[in-house]
Amino acid sequence: MTPRALMFEVAMRALYPLLLAASLWLLLRGHNAPGGGFVGGLVAVSASAAYAIAFGARRARLRMPLGPPALAAAGVLMALASGLPAALLGLPFLTHLWTTLPLGVVDLPLSTVMLFDLGVYCCVWAAVGGYCLELLGAQEHNT
Amino acid sequence: MLVLLPLLVPLTTALACVLAAPSPRLQLALSWAGALALLGCAVALLVQVETGGTARLALGNWPPPFGIEFAADRLSAAMVLVAALMGAAALGFQAAAAESAHGALLPLVHGLLAGACGALLTADLFNLYVWFELMLICALGLLVRGGTARTLEATLKYFALNMVGTLLLLAAVALLYGATGHLNFGALGAAARQMDAAALSPFVALLVLAVLMKAGAFPLYAWLPAAYHTLPAPLLALFAALLTKVGVYALLRLLGDVFAGSPALLYQALGWIAVLTMVSGVLGAAYHWDMRRILAFHIVSQIGYMLLGIALASPAGSAGAMFYMWHNMVVKGALILIAAMVFRLAGHYDLRRVGGLYAARPWLATLFLIAAFAQVGIPPLSGFWGKLLLVRESFAQGEALWGAVALGVGALTLYSMAKIWLEAFWKPHPDPAWQPPRARLAPAYAVTATLAALALGVGVYPEPFIAFAGDAAQALGGGR
Amino acid sequence: MIWVFAIVMGVAVAAGTYLALSRDLFRMVVGLSVIGAALNLLLFAAGRLDSTAPPIIRAGEQVLAHAANPLPQALALTAIVIGFALLCFSLVLVVRLMRATGTDDARALRAAEPPSGEGVKPPLEDI
Repeated sequence: MTPRALMFEVAMRALYPLLLAASLWLLLRGHNAPGGGFVGGLVAVSASAAYAIAFGARRARLRMPLGPPALAAAGVLMALASGLPAALLGLPFLTHLWTTLPLGVVDLPLSTVMLFDLGVYCCVWAAVGGYCLELLGAQEHNT
Repeated sequence: MLVLLPLLVPLTTALACVLAAPSPRLQLALSWAGALALLGCAVALLVQVETGGTARLALGNWPPPFGIEFAADRLSAAMVLVAALMGAAALGFQAAAAESAHGALLPLVHGLLAGACGALLTADLFNLYVWFELMLICALGLLVRGGTARTLEATLKYFALNMVGTLLLLAAVALLYGATGHLNFGALGAAARQMDAAALSPFVALLVLAVLMKAGAFPLYAWLPAAYHTLPAPLLALFAALLTKVGVYALLRLLGDVFAGSPALLYQALGWIAVLTMVSGVLGAAYHWDMRRILAFHIVSQIGYMLLGIALASPAGSAGAMFYMWHNMVVKGALILIAAMVFRLAGHYDLRRVGGLYAARPWLATLFLIAAFAQVGIPPLSGFWGKLLLVRESFAQGEALWGAVALGVGALTLYSMAKIWLEAFWKPHPDPAWQPPRARLAPAYAVTATLAALALGVGVYPEPFIAFAGDAAQALGGGR
Repeated sequence: MIWVFAIVMGVAVAAGTYLALSRDLFRMVVGLSVIGAALNLLLFAAGRLDSTAPPIIRAGEQVLAHAANPLPQALALTAIVIGFALLCFSLVLVVRLMRATGTDDARALRAAEPPSGEGVKPPLEDI
């Protein structure tokens, strides 16, 4: 275990959710502006990696929902599922659909692309993040 | 939609198996459901293609040639069915294996199946590369299981040499895209027919070289015997049935269909590569005493026959290559699974340490004889008809030397099979106190007997299968 | 512009090949991924480099006029992701192999192919 850095740990407690929020903002913004699931996922990876440097890889892995392999699989499943509505409507698989859900005050735009992007986000976060945590964990083990 | 199901089913199964990793029983149930569903989808797809012609699907409703297209003609659909069958066979055999289940095993096996089915069904050159990579990654994951110095080393060799093939493939895809502006098979074929064949042929040759490497052809097969012998035999059977054969399929699709009008020199060179592959593979097998190594070298040798059929560049040659490939996927898988049973019963893969199985397990010996004779090509078994089609077409085209080598290699194959028979079955076990262990081998017998029955059935009644291969070959290359 | 691409690709492929031929396992793995990076450039250049305008069809028009080709970017991104996955895998593989064998010299890797001690016959292995 590397020597503890108190300032970094305290900062990381606040920064981790902030970084994840930023990554989600990038994910949502990506539909009509630069950003998207891949970039958002990479920001989430950086959050996990920084958390692991502060608190160790094991605790960072616990902060990742479902754990790396399952989250990655769930991400790809989400991306695949985004193709199903089109298939049920008789359109070719992965044809993307857009709709707006009226909520009275504001209209909520919804699309299957959204689900696809969320899947990419989860997959990138879990796969690249899991890889980083694996390497960081191996390094801690060594020293 | 049916076109895509043989890809979506194993992919979903693989992902579901990852999610179910905490519960091995649930994972096994999911894996079985996925394997059987894949088999069902493959049969349905074949029926649809046979009655309704080539099935197509433009992914995401992007019209070809701009989007990614999936297409299943007779060749693809039949390949998917045989791949699904071998996947189910390997999983069924695994049910009998003693080694403890490993959380990553089943997802990787289904991932491998998904990669193979994707490569067999896609009608897009870049997409083909992607599916080859999915197969490579899953194969690496399966190879590295165990984590001993031996498996790690074999995985590294497999990785490094396959990576060269991957890079060549990527370069060829980029150059062909730059030259024609297309990636869709149909559009590529049309563009190639309009362009000067000589201008395009360097790129096509590079592509062929890359695919030959994936298929395990003569000077480029070093990765195969360097790694396959470290695999447990049920996985080896799956690798033998899927990886190299998908490479051969890709070659047949590219040289026999998309770039069917390539210069004759390319096919001539491929013919000599095929001959050298046959000879060098069978000689490597003759040297070895470890059953896995013998059978791995025989994979190479048999690839040569399929390449010979492609090199003949005629519908009859392509039909021979297809028939031989389907026969070989089944029979080679059966042989490797029988080797796994020999290992379970006699305790070793090396022929010098086993024996006495004819006296102890006569039915296993019978199954081995059927599979071995089918591989050698003795009538009335499936291998005989495959070799007959190939050799007859070689002589018909005046390539007597190629045909003669194909026959001579058959004799050397018989030598290897006779070696396994004499050492593993006929001679007494080197340890006089040896008794075959009481292993639960009923699923293994069921699987190998089914595969051997297929070889026998196709051999006794080959007419519909040969006619089907002929129809599938006629449809390639726009009917030529 | 295309000449810059061509020269960079040539240099990268040459450097990658030199590294890939090394007996040091790390260099070999890195060399292969350098070649992969060069080929990503090739994919990108294969879509022509003549325009930098974003490929967006303006409102009211039907045809995309003189814009960058969007397809090579998608292809290169896919190839980068695959190359990245393989690089990650191979680096961990090399680390584990070095821990298991204690060497990074490719010539010392004989566990899967033990030298024969029996004259003309292949060696007897334990597994």
